[in-house]
Amino acid sequence: MNADVATEASPPLLEASGVSKRFDGVRALEDVSVAVPAGRVTCLLGDNGAGKSTLVKIVTGVYGADAGEIRMEGEPARFDSPREAIDRGVVPVHQHLAVVPLMSVWRNFWLGAEPTRGRGPLRRIDVGRARRETRESLADVGIEIEDVDRPMATLSGGERQAVAIARALHRGARVLVLDEPTAALGVKQTGIVIDQIERARDRGVGILLVTHAPHDAHPLGDRYVVLRRGRAIAERAREEVGVEELSRLMAGQDGA
Amino acid sequence: MSPGALLSRPGVAAVVGTVAVWALFAVVAGPAFRSVSGAAAYLNASAALGILAVAVAMLMIAGEFDLSVGSVVGFAGMALLLLTRHFGWPLWPAIGATVALSAAIGLVNGLLVVRTRLPSFIVTLGSLFVFRGLTIGLARHFTGRTQLGGLDRVEGYELARVLFAADVGPFRASIGWWIAFAAAGAWILHRTRSGSWIQASGGSAEAAREAGVPVDRTRVSLFVATALAACLVAVLQAVRFTGADALRGELQEFRAIAAAVIGGTLLTGGYGSVVGAALGALVFGMVQQGIVITGVDADWFQVFLGAVLVAAALFNDRLRRRATEAG
Repeated sequence: MNADVATEASPPLLEASGVSKRFDGVRALEDVSVAVPAGRVTCLLGDNGAGKSTLVKIVTGVYGADAGEIRMEGEPARFDSPREAIDRGVVPVHQHLAVVPLMSVWRNFWLGAEPTRGRGPLRRIDVGRARRETRESLADVGIEIEDVDRPMATLSGGERQAVAIARALHRGARVLVLDEPTAALGVKQTGIVIDQIERARDRGVGILLVTHAPHDAHPLGDRYVVLRRGRAIAERAREEVGVEELSRLMAGQDGA
Repeated sequence: MSPGALLSRPGVAAVVGTVAVWALFAVVAGPAFRSVSGAAAYLNASAALGILAVAVAMLMIAGEFDLSVGSVVGFAGMALLLLTRHFGWPLWPAIGATVALSAAIGLVNGLLVVRTRLPSFIVTLGSLFVFRGLTIGLARHFTGRTQLGGLDRVEGYELARVLFAADVGPFRASIGWWIAFAAAGAWILHRTRSGSWIQASGGSAEAAREAGVPVDRTRVSLFVATALAACLVAVLQAVRFTGADALRGELQEFRAIAAAVIGGTLLTGGYGSVVGAALGALVFGMVQQGIVITGVDADWFQVFLGAVLVAAALFNDRLRRRATEAG
């Protein structure tokens, strides 16, 4: 594929290289490397306790690594807080979405970055623009919500995820870290979220998709990194591996 | 918007409830309630509570309580009288000092809550006792009495009377302050960034912090705002009655919370309406005056009001559930 040539030519947007982490002497991650190129979906697979969450927290600035390096576009990077990671464009979209359920969709979308007009005591939210851009950004990830004054709680799980993804993209996210984005969703809602991920990918965003469900990951992923007991035990391109083999790798039934 | 969706907005139910209570007394209390002087009676009776309820509702939407507002009303009124009548200050510097003292009380309440992470219910319950006790104690210490008068003999009173105690026909100036306070509160809540931050702080402090909202600063500002609302009420009453009583403002903290709840504000934060809270206070005034005009013994006021409170809370809860269920 031509795109493969392009990614090999330029360094990945985000890269964790040889990362290790211990908690109270217990190994959580040992020498793990994963690269997230632009316009690609990189899947991080593993069972519970394999080290997925630890790696996510390291690349999003929640923890520092004991050893190894984080690089952005080939340059060493250090995130001392989630805020620093977000400022560099690495945005996590959590399993438990950080939204305010009783607040309107558009207020959630803009929270902390509301567009304003006027000055001094007359400085106010530009509500017309806020509503319009919320609608447009949601449409960009494939969700049509006409009444953005609805409380967030009235949206479906997939739509809530869409708001979170659209918000991240609107705020300049270059790498989206999606932690089990379809975990609590039904088939239809999962389809909606997969569609959003593909749209973000097609816009050149790098996606790190963390999941323990190889069936969800396989059709989406360009590359898979399989973690087991804190080690990266396999790395495969989509063409090289089927769903069954991914499941076997995760479960450790291949002798590895 | 469908009628159902419209009714589900916080505050809209308060409008319906206010009209219903008015209609009830318009029938049972008769023409005296429907007259201009009847309207003046319940508006005058609602104004002070309305000012408190607006500030208290905004604080509740941000997820906190302030049980000290009633005590601060008493404290600020007494401070004003002590400064002017006992220490001989002119009125306006004394008002300035009273405002500063009240803001300081709000600041201490707020900082204690956000720094210690203790529930604001407990922290401000403490302030409720401390400032009521201080008011009585200081008044006795300096003057030997708990009621002070003669504010109208203090330099600067004329201007204060025009601003805080002038009447338009039977309508008191405090009604104007109440409307202005509610309008400013509604503007802040619905049209400014601070308003979104207030809603988010109470709705999900964690999500708000993650989005970069200064949750603690937002809350502390609102504690200062409730204390300043209490101060405004104290000044309005001190100027009108030309004196202060150490017991003034008693129970107003609970009435303000009740007015906010009648107006559609959620006790657990994140949801509510400033206009609703102002109307909740109006319901208080209408019930109070309506019962008097009807000729029923005023002892029954609290019984009726308690029932209205629970009914309103139930009604609001139903509406909110319907409005926020996944569609």
